[in-house]
Amino acid sequence: MRGVLLAAFAAAALQAGGANAAETPQRIAVAGSGLTEIVVALGAGDRLVGVDTTSLFPERVRRLPQLGYLRAIAAEGVLSLKPDMLLASEDAGPPAVLAQLASAGLRIVRAQEGYDPEAVVRRVAHVGEAIGRPEAARALEGEIAADLARVHAAVPRGNPPRVLFLLAAGAGAPLVAGRETAAAAMIEYAGGRNAIDGYRGYKPLSAEGAVEAAPDLVLTTDTTVRALGGMDAVRALPAFGTLAATKKLRFAEIDPVYMLGFGPRIAHAVRELARILHPDAALPELPERAWLKADR
Amino acid sequence: MTHRVEPAVAALLAASLLAALCVGPLNLPAESVGRVLARLAGLPVEADDRAIAVVSALRLPRAVLAALVGAGLGVGGAVMQGLFRNALADPGILGISGGASLGAVSAIYFGAASFGIWAMPFAGFAGGLLATNVVSRLARTEGRMPVAALLLSGIAVNAFAMAMMGMLVYSSDDRQLRDITVWLLGSLSGASWQRVTLVAPAVALALAALPFLARALDALILGEREAANLGVRVERVKRLAIAVVAMATGAVVSVAGPIGFVGLVVPHVVRLAAGAGHRRLLPLSAGAGAALLAGADTLARVVVAPAELPVGLVTAAIGAPFFALLLLREKARLGA
Repeated sequence: MRGVLLAAFAAAALQAGGANAAETPQRIAVAGSGLTEIVVALGAGDRLVGVDTTSLFPERVRRLPQLGYLRAIAAEGVLSLKPDMLLASEDAGPPAVLAQLASAGLRIVRAQEGYDPEAVVRRVAHVGEAIGRPEAARALEGEIAADLARVHAAVPRGNPPRVLFLLAAGAGAPLVAGRETAAAAMIEYAGGRNAIDGYRGYKPLSAEGAVEAAPDLVLTTDTTVRALGGMDAVRALPAFGTLAATKKLRFAEIDPVYMLGFGPRIAHAVRELARILHPDAALPELPERAWLKADR
Repeated sequence: MTHRVEPAVAALLAASLLAALCVGPLNLPAESVGRVLARLAGLPVEADDRAIAVVSALRLPRAVLAALVGAGLGVGGAVMQGLFRNALADPGILGISGGASLGAVSAIYFGAASFGIWAMPFAGFAGGLLATNVVSRLARTEGRMPVAALLLSGIAVNAFAMAMMGMLVYSSDDRQLRDITVWLLGSLSGASWQRVTLVAPAVALALAALPFLARALDALILGEREAANLGVRVERVKRLAIAVVAMATGAVVSVAGPIGFVGLVVPHVVRLAAGAGHRRLLPLSAGAGAALLAGADTLARVVVAPAELPVGLVTAAIGAPFFALLLLREKARLGA
């Protein structure tokens, strides 16, 4: 009953959208920052009608209606934007709401996650197909793959520095990235080794654990530095004070939306991180791609 | 003045439900909502497809679910406060909320959510019943359940449930962690007729038991021995009260998450308006709880549209200041 009614609604909406609305969506809602970047990079940014709160790049998407947090989108809220497609990352939810939207007849295209650069290329193809811009997608795939190949060839592989990724989430102790995180994946691609191998996901920093991990570099985010009260406060954390007394310890801060977004800017992000990890290595200059600009 | 409380609560509930049906991120004129409702009632009225879809599949089940959840929490709080003769009792006092939350969080942790939308509510409901069962066994001595022992067992079980949840939160991955956090804020998002059918029987049974409880809870105000002297079978009343609250709260928490504040405060507000007699207090708490939650959920759906707030935040944010205001007004009387 419910499904029939919602499908009727969707059919009415589709008729209003024009004859070939089913093939080429004109009003796209997106839940997932990497997907948002891909849609804009494919030149379809003006078809976006709403994005989730993790979508922060390029700057124009911040002015769009906000669907709320990726894992907690609202059924009627999404429908109120009258989208003809919802592009949702694997992380988007909750499942009950996605089920309601699907039974409302809304086309939902799910994109696979996966913390590897090749997955980004596949996602570009998938999104290009879904939004009716396959040629633009092939061009973008080619550019990303070429940039990735150049960076990959130049990243030094011998003697990888041990990198500890620190992230402050709210109050509490800052968290450290373990296995199977975006941070760990990026560190590997940029020719480093994630200093923590003993757990997956993020766990609170223990001073002794950090000492045992013996990082050469502490990587953190701009928001973490702000939350902890400046880079000097990060350096002064007990764990790092102890470490710095016994070995050379470097600190660097990154923009997590850029570095951990696994969107079209992946090759440039890997290069940027490789430059931080290997300051002396000769890395190729990558072309200034159009989709790098924040003000598109 | 107090005799006008019932019509006032009924009017409030009607207004909240009406608002829940007419207001939303999708802009539907009240007139077309009215047409849909008339159509659903079987009247031969034309209504536009979009309005039918939105009202009957999204807003109506959600409004009904909000009302059921609010009624369950309101009644649960009133019964527990009566049973414990303690103004700080709430529906979660017997470990029910803790157990239900642990059940639902375990479901998220062990990936049961992928077994369908029923997995989490069932895990939550089972957790709540299990917790209540443990609490009553812990508290039972020689066939009796002294209130103090119940209270302490509840505290122990709640603490244990919190600790287990902490363990799950600690060892969960990034994605599970975010799901758990969102769930613990309490939300009616994803409301559907299936969820309504899950909660409705439990809340209906709880409401049906109220007439059997009201007189006994009134007598219990005097103390257990006095109540027994008045002919109240105290232990039976306790068992019934616990069963009623466990069922209603377990069902409610398992579909909506631990929504705080409603169960604690609604009975107080009702008591200030209508007095402490349970014959009126219990049904009024149900009605007022339903009205509060339906209204709060309407706000939750629209204030940050097209996104939505967890309703637990809204109930606390509007309820707490309202309660403080009431306290200020009634302080003189309370002190007397």
